[in-house]
Amino acid sequence: MKFSEQWLREWVNPANDTQALMDQITMAGLEVDGFEPVAGDFRGVVVGEVRSVAPHPDADKLRVCQVSDGSQDVQVVCGAPNVRDGLKVPFAVVGAVLPGDFKIKKAKLRGQPSEGMLCSASELGLSDDHEGLMELPEDAPTGEALDAYLGLNDVTIDVDLTPNRSDCLSIKGIAREVGVLNSLLVEEPDITPVEATHSEVPEIAVRAPEGCPRYLGRVLKNVDLSVPSPLWMQEKLRRCGVRSIDAAVDVTNYVMLELGQPMHAFDREEIEGGIVVRMAKANEKLVLLDGQEVELTADTLIIADHAKPIAIAGVMGGEHSGVSPKTRDLVLEAAYFDPITLAGKARHYGLHTDASHRFERGVDYKLAWDAMERATALLMEIIGGEPGEVVEVASKQDLPQERVIDLREQRVADVLGIEIDRTILEEILTRLGLHIDKLLKHGWRVHVPSFRPDISIEEDLIEEIGRIYGYNNLPVTEPTGSLGLRPQKEAVRPVSAIQNYFVDCGYQEAITYSFVDPKVQSLVNPEVDGIALANPISSDLSVMRTSLWSGLLKTVAYNQNRQQSRIRLFETGLKFRKNGDAIDQQPMLAGVVVGNQLPENWANGRRTADFFDVKGELEGLFRVLGIDIEFSSGQHPALHPGQTAELFRDGEAVGWLGALHPQVQKKLELNGTILMFELFLNSIVSGYVPNFKDISKFPEVRRDLAIIIGSDVGFADVERVAKKHAGDTLTALRAFDVYEGESLGEGNRSLALSLFWQHPERTLNEEEVHSLFNGVIDALKQELGATLRS
Amino acid sequence: MENLDQLVQDGLAAVEKAEDLKALDQIRVEYLGKKGVITQQAKTLGKLSAEERPAAGQKINEAKGQVEQAINARRDDLERSALEQKLASESIDVTLPGRGQDLGGLHPVTRTLQRIEQFFSKAGYTVEQGPEIEDDYHNFEALNIPGHHPARAMHDTFYFNPGTLLRTHTSPVQIRTMEAGKPPFRMICPGRVYRCDSDMTHTPMFHQVEGLLVEKNVSFADLKSTVEEFLRVFFERDLEVRFRPSYFPFTEPSAEVDIEWGREEDGSIKWLEVMGCGMVHPKVFEYCDIDAEEYRGFAFGLGVERLAMLRYGVNDLRMFFENDLRFLRQFR
Repeated sequence: MKFSEQWLREWVNPANDTQALMDQITMAGLEVDGFEPVAGDFRGVVVGEVRSVAPHPDADKLRVCQVSDGSQDVQVVCGAPNVRDGLKVPFAVVGAVLPGDFKIKKAKLRGQPSEGMLCSASELGLSDDHEGLMELPEDAPTGEALDAYLGLNDVTIDVDLTPNRSDCLSIKGIAREVGVLNSLLVEEPDITPVEATHSEVPEIAVRAPEGCPRYLGRVLKNVDLSVPSPLWMQEKLRRCGVRSIDAAVDVTNYVMLELGQPMHAFDREEIEGGIVVRMAKANEKLVLLDGQEVELTADTLIIADHAKPIAIAGVMGGEHSGVSPKTRDLVLEAAYFDPITLAGKARHYGLHTDASHRFERGVDYKLAWDAMERATALLMEIIGGEPGEVVEVASKQDLPQERVIDLREQRVADVLGIEIDRTILEEILTRLGLHIDKLLKHGWRVHVPSFRPDISIEEDLIEEIGRIYGYNNLPVTEPTGSLGLRPQKEAVRPVSAIQNYFVDCGYQEAITYSFVDPKVQSLVNPEVDGIALANPISSDLSVMRTSLWSGLLKTVAYNQNRQQSRIRLFETGLKFRKNGDAIDQQPMLAGVVVGNQLPENWANGRRTADFFDVKGELEGLFRVLGIDIEFSSGQHPALHPGQTAELFRDGEAVGWLGALHPQVQKKLELNGTILMFELFLNSIVSGYVPNFKDISKFPEVRRDLAIIIGSDVGFADVERVAKKHAGDTLTALRAFDVYEGESLGEGNRSLALSLFWQHPERTLNEEEVHSLFNGVIDALKQELGATLRS
Repeated sequence: MENLDQLVQDGLAAVEKAEDLKALDQIRVEYLGKKGVITQQAKTLGKLSAEERPAAGQKINEAKGQVEQAINARRDDLERSALEQKLASESIDVTLPGRGQDLGGLHPVTRTLQRIEQFFSKAGYTVEQGPEIEDDYHNFEALNIPGHHPARAMHDTFYFNPGTLLRTHTSPVQIRTMEAGKPPFRMICPGRVYRCDSDMTHTPMFHQVEGLLVEKNVSFADLKSTVEEFLRVFFERDLEVRFRPSYFPFTEPSAEVDIEWGREEDGSIKWLEVMGCGMVHPKVFEYCDIDAEEYRGFAFGLGVERLAMLRYGVNDLRMFFENDLRFLRQFR
């Protein structure tokens, strides 16, 4: 809400300056977003009076004017179309400085001397209006300094109100707060009922009393809408960010800004029959004041006449029934619309108006009468007219109920952590308009005024007390609850341990968006449907990721496009998949590696990272976590069919490691061999608690063998068979050489293994080892078709 | 015996000339070996009388000793210079960079989160997680934000369908934690949150940390100390903190927290908003079946990127999610 400081100070005028005032209301919860002067920085501008206008001898569009600055007449050449005899106008005299440090000097325009300049509103930073000179009222005192005359020593203050504080969406509401904060009385304008001078009343039927518990209407006959609203009113509106339209609209806006009650003025001629407040019928149409035609939905509360909708209640009026310069008779509306009925309606039609903003947050449900009388009086002052009686249709049961809250003194102390003196408490409540109905034994019974729809429970009152007392005046104490030790599973490693491991392995952590480009995702996970957002921010961020790879690959592209050739990234986070009607949100760990395995330097060489580099790093992780993972050859649509491992833990699939499929890589326009892994975090974080075994004092025996075996037989198979037959004294088995070559015959390779045996309690004898070793060799021959290499 | 002196002289001269250990050893054999020329002199002793023998023997021993000493001295010399040569040949440029893997780094958001988690863990808070695809009930309803509430408009929610959405804050984890357990509670929930908003100062995804403390006797004054201490520990500075009344549907009283961040031209404090907080709203307790007369609580929420930007001087929020290596590498 934007408001004029000067207008506020007409209501309540604390001794503090602008900055102090803004600080004060900010600290009371009305956060000041900013402020700006209401006019440009100028001096030497007075109210001028045009005494005569003559054509310029040498220029068609210029006029030679005699202008009074209050003490003398000077000649001014002016090109504005609206310059005329007798006009009062801002006059920048010689020596004046206009905004932008524009100095006014004596000049000649097409040969005619000109001493000063007549100004438009925009030239003074008073509006964006470039249309001709700014016209001042006829009674403006010639010669008076313009800033003094217009009261331009003022600022527009913009407060960012929280949605609960609808009571501060008016000068009256902000003045109330300022009054409380400074212990000052607030001066309200005198509002007295206007006597009816005729008996014509609008016919009003409220068919939807839940949505419109109170509706007031009044006829104002024979108004003269050719009369503009007075400058003082236009200025106040402007300083609150509202444009002047015509007197009728300006007055309703003025009352809304002043008191907080949105109002509407209809052209009585255009209302057929009478006013009906009802829910819209589906597909009814209405052309709004802003020119757009909307198709109404049945949950929209509207104002209609006997034939058609004429306004969306509390949002915007219709174009057809709006006032125009021809309007003779007005019907004024002041109503209380139910916030829940109106919630979201403006947004549904793509609108957000000053009225809807207020009604959705809650307008004072007792305010309509005051507003109606205030508006009537102002209108009559400006455009004349004959007022009729006010007609009120109210549904008591649908109006908000009176609220009475018991406030316990002890509760205030418990919640705020301080015992505040009773008299201070009572004063805060009273000044806020929270009437103390009666004193209770341990507190107060508080009656909540109609202008505070946000207050309905004890905590609401405690917040008000804390807020006015000042949060920063409350004490600072440590929570005193006892701190028990919390259980913590030793076998479960924190995710931070995994993150730190990858950092140690040279990976940079990435955080990519959880929603990704469906086109990229369809390459990575063609078989899985991603969950689509109904309202994505853009098409490339429209589907929830089914794998962390989608985002990481995009990150690879981003960095490769920026001359980064060595990329090692990991990420942890959720992936999202449909599971019937449910959604699985599973924490994942994923990584991508491309480029040199080691940073290039004189000693590291330039070897490109391959499958076994990354596999080795994952094996390291599994040791950190204390888990056994089996890598087995597998197929994944995003991965190279010959370089894909599926990972298992105790038979459960826990993830993938492989090289990106060259076709996918081409489509994503990526360079190099890209290695990727993705694991289910929950399947790997839980390891084991170490369990000590005696260290054997007896020697370890090593035997090496080399076998020739089919290339399609995996090392894992060899290891499995060997271990099965090596007995329980086997302590380790390693492959120390792998060789493929023509000499071995096509489809064969040679594997060199070393096996280690050790007995915990005695020295193994030669025969035992020999027999175990031969058993292994026989099994490899029989079960896997291996032959011993000579 | 006359030539013994000559032999010693010859021996010493030969030792002096020996260029390496091998030559030196040959000289040792030649003069002092079993058949060495000086050793052989002992054979002449037999021709001498018993009276002459001891003196002559001593002379031979002295001659042997003299040559042996020279050989040993020469050996030391030769060994020393060989070592020196070897060491000289082995010298390296120690200023060349080392071999091996480079260190990576944590994302600045994670780095910030880990610090925050550490502070609160030490104060007895558990670290909780919750779903990111959330239902309307936990994200709004149970946090006292019913369907018609104007605060919903401020949330710019991403929806999948009318009842399912991406959580707009980490506050639903408060609800889930309270639903699942019994008070007292001390927990924080770090995590990703989502708002349908993207410009210079907004990304559609960002991180929050939610904190919740529920105990029998806790007040706004306790909340103040927790928040103030956290901010001072986080920024490692004794900065000014102020609490400004604000509004969140799920806390009451509610406050926004500003920290001192530089000075205005006139010397007054420049305030910067960093957090929101408040006492748990009785309605929220009601939704979680906790007796608001028996227990009270406070909650706070902070934006992780905002704190990381202030802490590390990052000037563009969007960089956090571009994952440019040149950005990420600055946080090792």
